[in-house]
Amino acid sequence: MMATTAQMPAPIQTPSLLPQKLRRSRPLFDPEILRRATKDSFLKLNPLKLAKNPVMFVVEVGAALVTLFFLRDAIAGRGLLGFKFQISLWLWITVLFANFAEAMAEARGKAQADALRKTKTDAVAKRFFAGGQIEIVPASQLRVGDVVLAEAGDLIPGDGEVVDGIATVDESVITGESAPVIRESGGDRSAVTGGTKVLSDHIRIRITSNPGETFLDRMIALVEGAERQKTPNEIALNILIAGLTLIFLLAVATLHPFALYSVRSAGTGAVPTIAVLVSLLVCLIPTTIGGLLSAIGIAGMDRVMQDNVLAMSGKAVEASGDINTLLLDKTGTITLGNRQAVELIPFAGIDELELADAAQLSSLADETPEGRSIVVLSKEKYGLRGRQVADHEAQFIPFSAYTRMSGVNIDGRTLRKGASQAIESFVRDLGGVIPKSFQETADRISRMGGTPLAVADGSKLLGIVHLKDIVKGGMKERIAQLRAMGIRSVMITGDNPLTAAAIAAEAGVDDFLAQATPADKLEYIKREQAEGRLVAMTGDGTNDAPALAQADVGLAMNTGTMAAKEAGNMVDLDSNPTKLVEVVAIGKQLLITRGALTTFSIANDVAKYFAIIPAMFMATYPALAQFNIMGLHTPRSAVLAAVIFNALIIIALVPLALRGVKYRPIGAAALLRRNILIYGIGGIIAPFPGIWAIDQLLALLHLA
Amino acid sequence: MTPNGMLLIAVYFAVVLMLAKPIGVHMAKVFEGRRTLLHPIFRPLEVLTYKLTGVDETAEQRWTHYTFALIAFSAFSFLFVYFLQRLQGLSPFNPQEFAATNVPPDLAFNTAVSFVTNTNWQAYSGESTLSYFVQMMALTVQNFASAAVGIAVAIALVRGFARQQVTTIGNFWVDLTRAVLYILLPISIVAALFFCSQGVLQNFHAYTHVTTLEGATQIIPQGPVASQEAIKMLGTNGGGFFGANSAHPFENPTPLTNLVQIVLIFLIPAGLTYTFGVMVGDRRQGWVIFSACSVMFLAGVLVCYGAEQKGNPVLSKLGIETAATPGQPGGNMEGKETRFGIAASALFATVTTDASCGAVNGMHDSFTPLGGLVPLFNIQTGEVIFGGTGAGLYGILLYAILAVFIAGLMVGRTPEYIGKKIGQKEVKMAMIALLSTAFSILVFSAISSIVSFPSPGKGATGQPVARSYWNPPGPAAANVANSGAHGFSEILYAYTSGAGNNGSAFGGINVNTPWYNLTIGLAMLIGRFLFLIPLLAAAGSLAAKKRTPTSAGTLPTHGPMFVGLLVGTVLLVGALTFFPALALGPIVEQFLMNQGKLFSFLLFPILGV
Repeated sequence: MMATTAQMPAPIQTPSLLPQKLRRSRPLFDPEILRRATKDSFLKLNPLKLAKNPVMFVVEVGAALVTLFFLRDAIAGRGLLGFKFQISLWLWITVLFANFAEAMAEARGKAQADALRKTKTDAVAKRFFAGGQIEIVPASQLRVGDVVLAEAGDLIPGDGEVVDGIATVDESVITGESAPVIRESGGDRSAVTGGTKVLSDHIRIRITSNPGETFLDRMIALVEGAERQKTPNEIALNILIAGLTLIFLLAVATLHPFALYSVRSAGTGAVPTIAVLVSLLVCLIPTTIGGLLSAIGIAGMDRVMQDNVLAMSGKAVEASGDINTLLLDKTGTITLGNRQAVELIPFAGIDELELADAAQLSSLADETPEGRSIVVLSKEKYGLRGRQVADHEAQFIPFSAYTRMSGVNIDGRTLRKGASQAIESFVRDLGGVIPKSFQETADRISRMGGTPLAVADGSKLLGIVHLKDIVKGGMKERIAQLRAMGIRSVMITGDNPLTAAAIAAEAGVDDFLAQATPADKLEYIKREQAEGRLVAMTGDGTNDAPALAQADVGLAMNTGTMAAKEAGNMVDLDSNPTKLVEVVAIGKQLLITRGALTTFSIANDVAKYFAIIPAMFMATYPALAQFNIMGLHTPRSAVLAAVIFNALIIIALVPLALRGVKYRPIGAAALLRRNILIYGIGGIIAPFPGIWAIDQLLALLHLA
Repeated sequence: MTPNGMLLIAVYFAVVLMLAKPIGVHMAKVFEGRRTLLHPIFRPLEVLTYKLTGVDETAEQRWTHYTFALIAFSAFSFLFVYFLQRLQGLSPFNPQEFAATNVPPDLAFNTAVSFVTNTNWQAYSGESTLSYFVQMMALTVQNFASAAVGIAVAIALVRGFARQQVTTIGNFWVDLTRAVLYILLPISIVAALFFCSQGVLQNFHAYTHVTTLEGATQIIPQGPVASQEAIKMLGTNGGGFFGANSAHPFENPTPLTNLVQIVLIFLIPAGLTYTFGVMVGDRRQGWVIFSACSVMFLAGVLVCYGAEQKGNPVLSKLGIETAATPGQPGGNMEGKETRFGIAASALFATVTTDASCGAVNGMHDSFTPLGGLVPLFNIQTGEVIFGGTGAGLYGILLYAILAVFIAGLMVGRTPEYIGKKIGQKEVKMAMIALLSTAFSILVFSAISSIVSFPSPGKGATGQPVARSYWNPPGPAAANVANSGAHGFSEILYAYTSGAGNNGSAFGGINVNTPWYNLTIGLAMLIGRFLFLIPLLAAAGSLAAKKRTPTSAGTLPTHGPMFVGLLVGTVLLVGALTFFPALALGPIVEQFLMNQGKLFSFLLFPILGV
């Protein structure tokens, strides 16, 4: 039995293999977004809000402390006011930059949510009540189980299932795609979404969600990030950087008594001031990753959204980076979804042209893709033009599941094409002879992953049409790429094992599941998970729902049923099953960006020690000047330069945090080597020239 | 550096490399419950032990039970050692008639904590403080027990990686018993006999009084030394029978015993890296740990040896020959035994602090600042360069978890180590362990650098104070023998050694006062238990996880890349945490020495120049 997904109707839009153009995307630094983010970064200074981010909270407390000391000294008229003022200023700027990064990431979602909200006008619903009468009620009064009528021009008042009728619906509000889609009762195209618009005909809809819980509501909440919860890895990383912050707090706090001892015993110099100690602390704690961590997570979700995929949680996006096994449906994902005639094989004594002629005639009225492909092949390869059958007395015999063949009775001929066994018995019944090569040829085609289609003219068996499953262009490369990422791809198909094996080999997948029932699929996922693997799959039918729910990443097609969409943890609004590959890449990119910026942040500390430690103790131990390898001008300029560099690096890395570090499918070892080189070694080296340049500038401007 | 010295280091490393695999395989067999060659002899003893103590050797424990058993055992051991010292006046084998007054409560507390935590910090001198009975029953027994506890924790953590989807990590009592019977006891017996053959003492005699050629009377201490010596090195305990530790000719008489002693230090830790590989089913993982340790060991020993051989430029300027010649070793011989020389002393100092041994054959205080920095930094990074028995392996696995967590993200997957996903629990536990060491080193050093005790006669509010119990009046920092940066190093080293459970003394500081006995005792407790309990918790969490099969997308942890990553993580975390403190200690001291300033000769008033 074939899995339902294998029979799924061709998606309304042709799925593209290449990454989809970002339909809803805005430029990264859209002026409106910038304005909103700037305002929010000040609002986020509220310590109660900032307390959730331990690193930036420490910076804020430090900034407040230094500001207090500055004010005290300003009132008392003590010296070095310029230095203390600049330090406190840059510490505040550090917090603002981090807030800005987060605000930028959020602002994009908020802008999108606003756009979605505008479409959510006060719709009215035509509700049936007892006796079949219709009453007009506000959409907000609908409850699960109500049945409503939606006619051409109406907004569908809520999520539901079509129980009667067929209509074209404009779903551009949700998908961004303006081409209308068909929604009809029964089957896998019965789900409608509140807020979409009926363009023609009318349908009866049973409401499946209460107001406030609709798909559109959830979508708004998701893009806005209102329900954003920290993902497991993000929490773990937060623990790491909070722990590092504590360690540096210990290192800096104990430096004060150590300095006291050193100054006492050296009898010269001074214990570093609070401003300098706070500066050292802020430079050491991982402010770069601390400031950008939440922005990275929000931006990752946002990138998934730009790809027109609605992820129900950040956890799902993160999990997609961890996927070990990808289940791909054959039809529509790996192959084009319809078989095409590629070859005509006449039996001995039959002219190839005669076979082509018969095949074409029998297919002229056949509107299936297979039938059309036979017409095309006859035309292209044998120069047979389509004929006006109306001139003849023709009776077309449509395909039926019972006869398993179709054809035409024309000019006294009975042309038939169909499954080999069906044609075989058809010919036999008419007293025809079956050529010896018949079974052999049919088997050979099956083994190659094709479908044999026999053609007969009355009792004469003419030959076999080779119908082939066409693997989508670029699929093989895609699958090779997946393998390089360390992901096993498994093809799911309803075909027999022989055919499945042939297509699996052609597409290059690692494994296949033939004659797969939904139960088989679920079983396969469970087995993979028991071995410690994470599994991702796509699905759209109601009978996919258990497997979608079981999979670690379940990408449901928007064209699919409500049950499928509820079961999955992502919905692809484009209904493109290959989108899963993009989602996996985004998940990986998200993790890489976090790792890269953490590494960079920690590696940066080396240079900051070289800047600040000699500056702190130059007076006590002039010998420590040997550590001033950057040749910074004065102790004050050194400290200030380090603090300024620390702040500027946050704002400089905002684009990287929002866009994500580029992911290359080159295997973990090569990727690690590359990223260690850039963010680890680079992170150690980069601050040296940076701090040096800022110090030069400070000296030039007589700021320190 | 001389060819002879380099050869010694090369030979030493070759021996460790050769022994790692056989001992590693043996230990894997022991802890996986497989039969070994020693079973005919020790299995009956093992069975008897379980029978007497009522332990069911097949019963597995969750991490919480395992930890509880460990704490209970350690608490009992502490009380046992404490009271044995306090009651030593009643003990047999006490020819010198040492009494409880020799070990006041604060010293007994410090020593008990010290031996239970495998630190073997010695605020006392064995030959003038403790009876033979206490040395054997309290201290030597703890040398076995605390080492076995360390091995048990390491094995429990390894099981966390090796097992999947289970709630238990082994049985503490079984691991403890097997570590003692099949590993520590047999090797110690052989090593003790070897030491006896080389002239190490093993008797219960009273001290001998002899008259020297000059006519002076010299007291020559005696005692059961060899039996303690073997386990002191093998168990990375380091507590010497005599105050002078392995510099004493009765503990470490010849260059050969010296070599065997440092081989014994690395024997189990190096073997455990291989055991790890066997138990997780991928020997390459064990070799990677071994390689990372080797890189750091060789780097450390070369820096230390180089600095010591280079000697003190101030002395060179005075016309003292510091170059090695056939007739003399050159370099910085201050505080070193002439029978060992520069290379064997530098090697010993590096090895004893790479591991958490703490035995010494020379005075680290007298090393050049850079030469002394190596042992100090070795301890501060957590003694993970092979490390203590068990403690080294669980320490470096902590760093492996951190390295995988930070760098592993950069391959675009939730970090995995040995197929186990590193999540919140593991990171949290690793950070707690890391923080506890940093805390006890830095905070106690900070307090002792500035705290001051009131003089007798006038308290803070002017009321009369009879006597300062905690420390002699004045700053606690006045207990150091040297001023300035060197004095600071002495304080920092004392707490580092305690918190790191090393036990080696930098020296130059009087630590036998209630203040130092208490604070260093606390540092030892925090450094041991707040490090080891989080790792047991991590073991429990890891054991419950599934093991993800590796793929092309998995961070490879079995190649040179990961060796580099692991070394980088250890060095970076250590350096970032302790750089400010080190800058004010050995680093600035080295700069000053190069400029011709030495702290031993400078006193507070003169320094004001």
